[in-house]
Amino acid sequence: MTTLTVVQAVNQALREEMKRDDRVVLLGEDIGRNGGVFRATEGLLDEFGPSRVMDTPLAESGIIGTAIGMALYGLVPVPEIQFLDFIYPGFDQIVTNLSKFRYRSGGQYSAHVVIRAPYGGGIKGGHYHSQSTEAYFAHTAGLKVVIPSTPYDTKGLLKAAIRDPDPVIFLEPKKIYRAVKGEVPEDDYVVPIGKSKIVKEGSDVSLFAYGTMLHVALEAAEEAAKRDIDVEVIDIRTLVPLDIDSVISSVQKTGRVLILHEAPKTGGFGAEISALISEKALEYLKAPIIRVAGFDTPFPYTWESIYLPDAFRVMKAIEKIMQY
Amino acid sequence: MSVEMLQVIRAEGTYDTTLEPSLPESDLKKLYEAMILLRTLDVRALSLQRQGRIGFYIQCIGQEASQIGSAYAFEPNDWLFPSYRDAGVAIVRGLALKTLFCHLMGNSQDVMKGHQMPNHWGYRSINLVSLAAPIGVHIPVAVGVALAAKMRGDRIVTGVYFGDGATSSNDFHAGMNFAGVFHTPTIFFCQNNQYAISLPVSKQTKAQTLASKARAYGFEGVRVDGNDVLAVYKAVKEAVVKARNGGGPTVIEAITYRIGAHSTADDPKRYRVEREVEEWRKRDPIDRFRLYLQRKGIWSEDLEAKVRQQADGIVSDAIREAEKIPPPTLETMFEDVYSEMSWNLKEQLKELLSEQRDVTKR
Ligand SMILES: Cc1ncc(C[n+]2csc(CCOP(=O)(O)OP(=O)(O)O)c2C)c(N)n1
Repeated sequence: MTTLTVVQAVNQALREEMKRDDRVVLLGEDIGRNGGVFRATEGLLDEFGPSRVMDTPLAESGIIGTAIGMALYGLVPVPEIQFLDFIYPGFDQIVTNLSKFRYRSGGQYSAHVVIRAPYGGGIKGGHYHSQSTEAYFAHTAGLKVVIPSTPYDTKGLLKAAIRDPDPVIFLEPKKIYRAVKGEVPEDDYVVPIGKSKIVKEGSDVSLFAYGTMLHVALEAAEEAAKRDIDVEVIDIRTLVPLDIDSVISSVQKTGRVLILHEAPKTGGFGAEISALISEKALEYLKAPIIRVAGFDTPFPYTWESIYLPDAFRVMKAIEKIMQY
Repeated sequence: MSVEMLQVIRAEGTYDTTLEPSLPESDLKKLYEAMILLRTLDVRALSLQRQGRIGFYIQCIGQEASQIGSAYAFEPNDWLFPSYRDAGVAIVRGLALKTLFCHLMGNSQDVMKGHQMPNHWGYRSINLVSLAAPIGVHIPVAVGVALAAKMRGDRIVTGVYFGDGATSSNDFHAGMNFAGVFHTPTIFFCQNNQYAISLPVSKQTKAQTLASKARAYGFEGVRVDGNDVLAVYKAVKEAVVKARNGGGPTVIEAITYRIGAHSTADDPKRYRVEREVEEWRKRDPIDRFRLYLQRKGIWSEDLEAKVRQQADGIVSDAIREAEKIPPPTLETMFEDVYSEMSWNLKEQLKELLSEQRDVTKR
């Protein structure tokens, strides 16, 4: 075991997978000599050479489209998009090609690609370095969407994503790239895609979160415990395919649901979780489902700290749901 | 293929009289003042960022001739689309530096209302269009403005600023093609500062020059020495006059160098050698222009002292004034999402205000 940050866990997973499988190649902007703007690919150019760690021109459609082609020919490309906010020139490739190769060819072709991108707020980057637009991808059939929240899960989920035959959008919470550290085994392990995790058991409220917000959820749960409210915190980890059984069994236990994400509320992934719960477990609910989310504004610069949900805001929601 | 580059002032300050633009002494002085002001602003803004007094900054040191010379060639009613590195364009347009620092600080007098991160400004009053961080997205928009103006019979020109990296973006190609097809009065001003963050231009494209990309779209591309303010001015001026007279778009590739880091979040030591930076420091655009002014008998020690003192004063006053301004109200976070606030935003704002947070600190 060593203590790693989230970004170091990304680096370790990439290194190990590249050693394990020589089909794994990396491509992206500034990932070579510079090691990526967040240093996720630090040292990999030296270790694996420029044919497996490729600095590309500044064109996300080129990065993703080329990765898809490389995958069709048998490689396993893991492109890095420098910030999720810059993925949109490549969005066409994702929605039109990446997600649909398997389906449109009746299973003849598939695109074994993992797109990694830092996402979310917390670095004072204004709207173009902070957005959480996971819902766009979750809404596109054919893509798996994975968001880790700890170094351990980051390594295990990224490895699982690289071994998964389907295209995966792997979103890395940049606010906790360095802020969150944890024990990570040096040996090979995977954390399965499609499984959520109960991070803290509780009986009064089920609090669902992912990414950076998982840590906010834990902070709020601690606060709630001081007031004798027992919150169960569940790390969603995989948005698609969602671990519906675990979601429902937690709801059956607590009867109260809070969903927390930093993405704007309207059309956010919380709406999907909420709808599923009302379809499948309405009879267990003791109170209306509450979503705590980013505001329905573009991500602001000056008031970032107010925009992002924090334990204070989550605690208010916990009190509200308990008082219902 | 010959790789020509327009140059008016040579390294030692000698110059080609056949190419020299006919600018009166007062304009030459203005250009010099603007370059010094830009350098002063740039150095001070960087140090404010280092001291934590602003959150982020993007330097333009080394690119003063490209920015000042180009912007000077447009008329005030021409619409300019700067990039995040182009404080020089704002200076030429006469933006009050207090206004600029209020933006860098994201305070209540920031015209952008604290919505955008530093260096992402736009000022309608001076026809500088608000910019986005994703590279290249403003390029077709600049073509659209030019097209609309042409349709309306207004004789304005649009100028769009971007870097070498942007020439790889989808929107560069879309914009260039539309400009060619619709024959719009658009100047594509590319500052080839040799790097897109860590990527040298040699890895950005196999084309020998960026200006040559214009040819594929059916119009002219010109290369200029981007550290020679008169060459830049001359090339852009000619392209602007041509565009205004119905001659269509032009690409100008200004060859320059990003002396500083990509941004305050970048460490260029990781990907380039100091020797290379030193070589380019010797080609400093301000030094070059000073030598020229000296040869023309315009420059003097007195002038230098006066210009520098003036620039220091302008920048210091602007910072002092801007730092007095309080942060914007929380309400501003919800403004301008739509022309009128929708019910959900009203609800969210109300809930936020009921939290009664301490908003004296950010
Ligand atoms: C679409 C997109 N992809 C990636 C980025 C991240 N990024 C910011 S600046 C930059 C390099 C831009 O280089 P260039 O166009 O040469 O302009 P310069 O910064 O040198 O002025 C990159 C890759 C971005 N802003 N937008």
